[in-house]
Amino acid sequence: MKQSHRWLLVLLFMAGCMAAGLLVARPHDPLALLPALAVLAACFSHKMPGGLRAFLVGLILLAAVPLAGLRNTFLFELGIQVGMAATLALGLNIVVGMAGLLDLGYAGFFAIGAYTWAIFGSPQAAAFLPAGNFPLPGWPYFYLFLGLAMLLAAGVGVLIGLPALRLRGDYLAVVTLGLGQVVRLLANNLDHPINITNGPQGITPIGRPPVDWLLRILAGLGSPVSPATGYALFFYLLVLLVAAGIVVVSRRLDRSRFGRAWVAIREDETAAQCSGVSLLKVKVLAFATGAAFSGVMGAIFAAKQLFVSPESFTFLQSITVLVMVLLGGMGSIRGVILGAAAVTVLNIEVLKNLSDFLNHLRQAGYVLQLGGWTYDFSRLPSQLEPAKYERMVFGVIIVFMMIFRPGGLIPERRHRLELEEHP
Amino acid sequence: MLGCVYAMIALGYSMVYGVLGLINFAHSEIFMIGAVVGAEVLRHMTPLGLHPALSLTTAVCTAGIVSALTAGTVERLAYRPLRRHGTVNRLVPLITAIGVSFLLQDLVRLIEGLWHNEFYLNYPSYPEIEKTIVLPFGAEIQIKALIVMAVAFIMMLSLTLLVKKTRMGKAIRAVAEDARTASLMGVNPDAVISRTFLIGGALGGVAGVLFGVMFGQVNPFVGFVPGLKAFTAAVLGGIGSVPGAMLGGLLLGIIETIGGTYLPFLTNGAMGTEYTDIFAFLVLVLLLLFRPHGLLGRHVPEKV
Repeated sequence: MKQSHRWLLVLLFMAGCMAAGLLVARPHDPLALLPALAVLAACFSHKMPGGLRAFLVGLILLAAVPLAGLRNTFLFELGIQVGMAATLALGLNIVVGMAGLLDLGYAGFFAIGAYTWAIFGSPQAAAFLPAGNFPLPGWPYFYLFLGLAMLLAAGVGVLIGLPALRLRGDYLAVVTLGLGQVVRLLANNLDHPINITNGPQGITPIGRPPVDWLLRILAGLGSPVSPATGYALFFYLLVLLVAAGIVVVSRRLDRSRFGRAWVAIREDETAAQCSGVSLLKVKVLAFATGAAFSGVMGAIFAAKQLFVSPESFTFLQSITVLVMVLLGGMGSIRGVILGAAAVTVLNIEVLKNLSDFLNHLRQAGYVLQLGGWTYDFSRLPSQLEPAKYERMVFGVIIVFMMIFRPGGLIPERRHRLELEEHP
Repeated sequence: MLGCVYAMIALGYSMVYGVLGLINFAHSEIFMIGAVVGAEVLRHMTPLGLHPALSLTTAVCTAGIVSALTAGTVERLAYRPLRRHGTVNRLVPLITAIGVSFLLQDLVRLIEGLWHNEFYLNYPSYPEIEKTIVLPFGAEIQIKALIVMAVAFIMMLSLTLLVKKTRMGKAIRAVAEDARTASLMGVNPDAVISRTFLIGGALGGVAGVLFGVMFGQVNPFVGFVPGLKAFTAAVLGGIGSVPGAMLGGLLLGIIETIGGTYLPFLTNGAMGTEYTDIFAFLVLVLLLLFRPHGLLGRHVPEKV
């Protein structure tokens, strides 16, 4: 048993190296991406020595993807999306997974972070501020605003949390849902009386920090790239850095005094209070931490997209992040990262490709023959587009997970005890 | 008149909360299904050239039945398995309800999309009910508004009688009070919960048709905002209380209408009607913060 286990690890190590090599060798082949994804998924879903995991994840994310991505920037795009999703999910995981507070307005904090940089990194701020030179230059202000967005989102989290967190679980869900809507509606309507958010049109163009240094380094290494590719690499590395930082913070928090207090209030609020946990303090801390993670990603999102509008911060976004947390396993850090990756890949790869495939069949007028049964694909209704039915996919995932596996794919140990060991 | 619709949806939230202690997020979708079914029935009956009263009655009845059955099915397939597990985690049913809500939205959209290749549905307009009549004291009102109010009041009156006077109503009240004790007294809680969902669903479905008749156009995502407002109404009146939900719905409708009319005047046109939704949500938030047991609800201390 022990022996075979070690063999598996060696096998995984070899598979990881081969997957990385394959990805670098064939950056444009979607099938070459699959082994790399599979190795990453295995790293997050199974127990293994920390060194091996760190090596494999580092090899693929820091060596293979950047090398392949310079020739196919789609890999960076995918990496950025997954990294952002993972960060958001980790933030929500602290609120929902660890502390057991259902936050349905999570996209609101993301919006606050995004608008913080969007307003000041674009000419928009000049519309309502009499003095100052806008847009603010990307260096050094973008990096300052990353911190500012984090603090602002956390501050709003505290302000909202102080009154809202006195409520019981289900009322809290509705209050946060309402507040998330208020943030979106404010973003939508604050183009008058004072034009702060430019209303439904959104804000564009949003400034980015300069990446000359990165282009120079790449040119020095003998592979000069276009600024667009440079930005893709820059945001990929930035998101990766922030995500890694947040994983570390999450893990430290989980094992801290506060992490244990969160679990205690999640399990039994009254008992925790009786044991000397200051309910409001630890709840507000959870809420603000989650908000801060979301806020910093919001600012990066604004710079990356060059454009923000209220449409990006709907209830659907909040639920998307919630689905990632539920799928991975509430409270489990590795699980949540895996859940975020799975939902993102499902959303931007599988559903979209399925839609394209069906469209292709429809336009080609392909006729399917199975035994005596024929189907003419040109008659396929144009409404049948899987990419547009993410709500249904999410709904099915939520209901099935809740009924059959409430702990998620990789249940956190303490959570599993709570969910399964009950009379 | 908007208040009547809110009140009817609020009843569904309130009754389910009463028996299960669950905020049934999927209820706004039950309402939406009612609106969509009503639109379908009217679309198919209009070419027959029948009297509008007959078409509308059929639409209301069909929508009520379909919505009730959907609500019952949802309870059977999604919520009952959760109760079987016996999890005490309050978040699990709540999250399930959100999932069901999303699922139903896109399911309706898919069905409508495959059927008509579009999912925005129009209610036919009947000139007979668009006319306005003058009431005493010089107030003018559209006939369709009168119909909406009449239907809503009949439904609410019969619900009150059902809950107060019949054996079934007594069983519902017993389960809401204490499901375990009720089951010891020979009440089957599962059956009562099913019936509660059916009744709430029927009310929601009828409310959907009334909503469609008033606004003319519906789509699969039409349930979200009225649903949230109806929940506000249920909390305003005291969640779990039947007269409270009616009162809350009517009050919220009046507040919203008055707010929407006077807000532009009060702020010199700076804030238009688009801010009414923000105010409705703020009412909800403030209400939950300061008076979570509502106007007619009782304050229930937390049990250990």
